[in-house]
This record gives sequence, structure tokens and C-alpha cells, in this order.
Amino acid sequence: MTDATPAPSRPLPQADEISKEFFDGGMAGRLMLMKCTACGALRLPSRRHCDVCLADETAWVESSGKGVVRSFGIMHQRYHPGFQTPYNVAFVELEEGVRLPTNIVGVANDAIRVGMPVVVEWDRYEDVALPKFRPA
Amino acid sequence: MGHPMRGATAITGLGITPMGRIFGKSANELAADAVREAIADSGLRKDEIDGLLINPGITGTTGGGIGLGLQNYLGLNNLRLLNHMNAAGSTAAQMVQYASLAIAAGMANHVVCVFADNPLTEGKSSGSSYGGASRMPSRPQGVAGLYQHAGFFGPNTSYALACSRHMELYGTTHDQLGAIAVAERAWAVMNPRAQMRDPMTLEMYHASRWIVEPLHLLDCCLVSNGAVAVIVSGADQAKDMKAPPVYVLGMGQGHPGDPLRSGSDWETETGAKIAAKTAFSMAGLGPRDMTQLQLYDCYTYTVLVTLEDYGFCAKGEGGPFVADGKLGPGGSLPTNTGGGELSGYYMWGMTPLSEAVIQGRGQGGERQQKNDAILCTGNGGILNYHGALILGPNRS
Repeated sequence: MTDATPAPSRPLPQADEISKEFFDGGMAGRLMLMKCTACGALRLPSRRHCDVCLADETAWVESSGKGVVRSFGIMHQRYHPGFQTPYNVAFVELEEGVRLPTNIVGVANDAIRVGMPVVVEWDRYEDVALPKFRPA
Repeated sequence: MGHPMRGATAITGLGITPMGRIFGKSANELAADAVREAIADSGLRKDEIDGLLINPGITGTTGGGIGLGLQNYLGLNNLRLLNHMNAAGSTAAQMVQYASLAIAAGMANHVVCVFADNPLTEGKSSGSSYGGASRMPSRPQGVAGLYQHAGFFGPNTSYALACSRHMELYGTTHDQLGAIAVAERAWAVMNPRAQMRDPMTLEMYHASRWIVEPLHLLDCCLVSNGAVAVIVSGADQAKDMKAPPVYVLGMGQGHPGDPLRSGSDWETETGAKIAAKTAFSMAGLGPRDMTQLQLYDCYTYTVLVTLEDYGFCAKGEGGPFVADGKLGPGGSLPTNTGGGELSGYYMWGMTPLSEAVIQGRGQGGERQQKNDAILCTGNGGILNYHGALILGPNRS
């Protein structure tokens, strides 16, 4: 019983009822978006209703995984034991127009720029894979 | 004819508790201290209060915050108006708005609007009260968990992202953001209620540690325990009351919604743009008529983008606009004359509102500025809720 406690992990999201296809897609390396079958608007599966037309009929489409850095910041204050500072946080805007909170990988923090083209790269864990982005 | 709500009501009472690392009182107790002081300040009897609007701070979410039970704690038994409100940092301005509308409609005579919060714990850092990490599940549900997995923590992260986009699009610099922090500190030096009263230089601003780059520690507001209460009354009664009335000349709101929605420019265009039109139109005034500003300043950047959205300068020109020190003592556009939330105290929208009342009464002492028309704003969420008041000592 002398083993050190394992280092705490980042919070690892799990699928809820409406995001199952998104998380299943991630395990298969596919970035899936919810598409409103009434008006065609795309969104992350964060809500059952379309935030444009309020319809609740949806289909799934695969994103190209390409986008740009909409904005970014470098976290220096450590709020959670699963994170080593400094690390970057970003909003990426996919070429389909959908935005998501993420991290930029494969580039030094001081080389990240607003508008930088990026492409999805999957951060894989035992039962979930999360979309990160590297310079395209 | 002017707008019927212009000058229809006034702020007739103000109560402010000690601010900051004040321990040993519950949120209800802090609220009661502020309400007692506001009632005494107004000259009313407690049983003349017939309206109560309640806004908890972060403790409304984390636990222990004021709620509807405050009515009973205060022993207010004759209420004709009561609500527990939360539109984040825009709530204080909104409480005055709903109180004013209710008074003008004959639904109440004297409405207490109160904010109380005590997120600070003795021996713990200020940041620990807002980051939310301690409440974070290890397996968050659904795509909302993407924020947590990526390491977004509290408003510091999202405001940093908004600010970084403005800096990239318009060339806004840290010298310019720092000018806001320095100006506000210079005002706080003159405010006995302010938490940060030591003079600050631009060099000190640059030397302060990063919280979330591009935000330094000195770009971020304080965290405070305390409470503020104001009383809103009809203008006809206000003119004969004990305290000099501060009339409500204009009111507006603007709420642009979800920052993640496609096509939104939430980072650089806020609800202030919408609120400004309504409030200026009601008051029959424009930005050039404002003699001083009390702007919600959760971050230096919030001040900069708010100035742009109200039309004090063009979009993208906020940086050069503030760089000459015009917001500070001796400047041409006195702003946040009590030190704001950056250097004064952080009572959400009650910080700008309380200073606007002090200034509107002419009770600012050595920091008193020309008070004919005071723009007082509240901003909440991640730049997605906004409330505006235009206040002044003259009804017409």
C-alpha cells in the first residue's frame, strides 16, 4: 500500500442521450455534427432543439475536421490537478461554421494565432476520444 | 414630448457594507446590513417598503446565497412586488429597471433592490471561488464536457479568449488595457471603500502574473464579500425625501446569446450595442452628453469593448481611445470613479450602480466629477447579458 496515488486526470466527457453519435464517431476518428433536418443548420449535439428554427428532428453529418482558430488563450493559473500549466485553450471554428472549445496541439503556445488553419486530431482514452486540433 | 419613463423614478436610498475579505456574516446578514443602511439613508420607515428584488452573487450558484427567504429575514410583510432575479452582472441595472416599471405602473412605491455575496473563505484564494474546479465531475456528461476536458475554468478563460480576438483583429495592446487598470486604480486611491488603494503604475500592471494570457492578474476584477442595496421610488415622492434623488433617465438591455453559435461576433460586439439604442433613445441623449461613466469592468477588456459598443469610439479603436489616460483623474471621460470592480470592490452590477448613486448625489468627495448624465452599465455571463441605466441629479 505504498504506491503513490495516480496523477488525477483531466475530466473525461461521456456521451449523454443526445450526443451518443458524436462520442461514437470520435472513437472511430470521425467528427460528427448534428444537422437540423428542417432548416439544415449544423450544431454540436448540446441540445435536442435546433437553436435556429427550434425543430427537434435531426440527422448526423461528418465534419471535414478542418477549421481555423477563432480565439485562444494560455492558462497560467492552475485550477484543477489534471492540468499542467501553462496550456492553451481555444475556440476552433470548423469550415462548416460550428465552433467548439478545444486545445491546439503540435505547436508551441507562442506560435498559435487567431485565424490559423487547423485540422482535427483525436485525443484517445480508454473509452472516449476527444477532438483536438493541430496546424493544418 | 419625452419618453414617459424618462425621470419617472429615482434612486432614493443607498446602503453599502464594508467590502472585501469580510468574514463571519452570512449572505442574508450582509444583505440585512445593506438594506438597514439604505432604509435609514432614504428616511423611509421599514413598513413603507413595498417591493423587494433580490440578486445573489456567485453564492446563488455555489450555495448559501440570498434567495426569496430574505423577505422573511428582513421582516418585510407588506410587499406588493417581490422577485429573485438573476441575469448575472446585468441584474443590478435590471432590478432598477423592473422596479421603475412597476412603480410607474402603480404596483409599488418604494422598491429595495439588493445584492449580497460572500464567496471568499478565510484562508483561501480569491480565484478558488470562481474557477469551479472543485465542483467538476470527473466524467462530465455530453459535449458540455468538452469545455472541462479542454481546461476552460470560469469566466477568466472565456474573457481571455474574447480579448485575444480583439487584440488580433484590431492590434489592441497590453499598454492600452493596462491604461484602464491604471486609471481605475488612481480613482480607487481616492475611495475609502475601495479594496486596492495603493497607487499602481503601468510597469506594475505588466509585471503582474498571467492568469489566462492575455489577461494579467491586474486585468481581472477583485472578489469581494459584501452587500449593496438601493431603493427606487417614484420621482414625485423622491423630490421630498431625505437623500438627494438620482433620477433614472434611460434604461436598456441587450442579450446576444450563445457565444458558440455560428456567425456570432460575441468576442468583440456585446449586448451593450443593443442596450445603448434603447437607453439613449429613452433619455433623449447620446454618448457625447455623458459626463461620466460607471462601466461594468469584470476585466479591463470589458471596459474597452463597452466603450466601443456605446459609440464613444469606433469599433476596434478602444485601445488608442483609452491609452491617453482619459478615463482617469483629470481625464476627459471620467470612468469608474470609485475604482470599479478592478480596484474598488466586486459586487457585480452594484459596483457601477453604487458609485453612480454617490456621484449622482454629488457625494464623491475629492473624486466627485461632473454628474449631469451618468452612464451606468452591467455586463454578465461571457459578454452575453447587458443592462444600461442613464442617471442624473436633474429630472428634466
